[in-house]
Amino acid sequence: MSSATGTQLLEVVGLGRAFGATRAVANVSFSLRAGECLALFGPNGAGKTTLLRVLAGLLKPSAGSASLSGVPLPGGALLRSRIGLVSHQTMLYEALSARENVSFAARLYGIRDSARVESALQRMSMLERADTQVRSLSRGMQQRVSIARAMVHAPQLVLADEPYNGLDDSGARSLTALLRELTAAGTAVIIVTHNLVEGLSLATHAAVMKAGSFVRFDTRDSVDSASYADTYRQAVASSV
Amino acid sequence: MSDTFAAAWLIARKDLAIEFRTRSAFLAAVVFALLGLVIFYYAWDPTAVAAIDLAPGVLWVIFTFSGILGLNRSFAIESADHAIDGLLASPISRESIFLGKALANLVFIAAVQLIAIPALAIFYNLPLQHIALPLLGLAFLAAIGLVAVGTLFSAMAVNTRLAELLLPMLALPFFVPIVMSAAQATSKLLSGRPLSEAAAWIKLLVAFDLVFVVACALAYPFTVED
Repeated sequence: MSSATGTQLLEVVGLGRAFGATRAVANVSFSLRAGECLALFGPNGAGKTTLLRVLAGLLKPSAGSASLSGVPLPGGALLRSRIGLVSHQTMLYEALSARENVSFAARLYGIRDSARVESALQRMSMLERADTQVRSLSRGMQQRVSIARAMVHAPQLVLADEPYNGLDDSGARSLTALLRELTAAGTAVIIVTHNLVEGLSLATHAAVMKAGSFVRFDTRDSVDSASYADTYRQAVASSV
Repeated sequence: MSDTFAAAWLIARKDLAIEFRTRSAFLAAVVFALLGLVIFYYAWDPTAVAAIDLAPGVLWVIFTFSGILGLNRSFAIESADHAIDGLLASPISRESIFLGKALANLVFIAAVQLIAIPALAIFYNLPLQHIALPLLGLAFLAAIGLVAVGTLFSAMAVNTRLAELLLPMLALPFFVPIVMSAAQATSKLLSGRPLSEAAAWIKLLVAFDLVFVVACALAYPFTVED
């Protein structure tokens, strides 16, 4: 399962991850080139988050392999510096301000230029509330800060797990614009979402995951939204 | 190596900034230490036990248990919104996370000691002025060992349902050699013996510090591997 333009960035071959006897991810294979975006759909418990955590280096694969720019995952510091992760949780410190959180993340990645921090906050329309402690921000604003945190080091691969959660229309538009900018600049994106319209509007590829495996993997051009919605609904319905 | 220490310093500064703003663990630890001193003071019969004999034990019991309050919080602040994932997904080494946490905990315990030691001197009417520096040095050495062990077990316990209970159960047996050495050396200092008489205990303490810091820094990455 592969794609069209840009240089090969991410290659996943037969990837699996088990927790004891439970196979959360099984035999997943795909590849992404620079500037491509994979929209990953699937019911709850399908293994989407586990797949992203394996690709982020937070979990070791039980089977198969994945590589970013030819370097096997989970890799060392250099490889981790090329990945940006937006998780279910905000990964923020609530006693610190939005700016302090993004600045701390930037420094973890060796970035000392405060302009990068300001730029990341501005892109998510959070400059005005940058000095507010995270605990005083709404869930949607915390999500914006979390996205700014994940993007501040200009990663080559963005792993976004339901990034639209909690965002209002304005925040969702900012995120969509940001993801479009990133893919246009050559960043590969994997986005997990339950919203087919949002996912397909960004994607160059789309996949439906169920019981740890891809049941569909298509290029966006070959996807008919209506039939895709049916596949997705069937996957969700049969998993309940 | 310098990257490891730079990242550790970054994490320690972040943890201390959070503690400075919330002051929750520090205030709890200081109040606990002072209450402990008060309870020991009123349970003490000065006609049966001399203050100089009782004070070292009181001091180290208080440091051990008040320190655990701070150690419990060390990784709890990372688990609230899974901030630990942000650290683990970043390019910094696992060892630097441990060292940063340990450094912040060391400052925390040292700050509690700076309040508790003068309070002990007041409660038990101890003449500390001529042994203040060696005693502070000794307290700092012991804090290094306590922090190394406590930080490791805090990382192990944080994801369990009974973290507050599990941490002392795991850590206290490993605290014994540190507290024993520190209490014995403190006893020698308080009874006015020359520093050379406490040297053997201090050397033992330094040895435990070296072993625990190295072993715990090397063991920490295994606590965060899946």
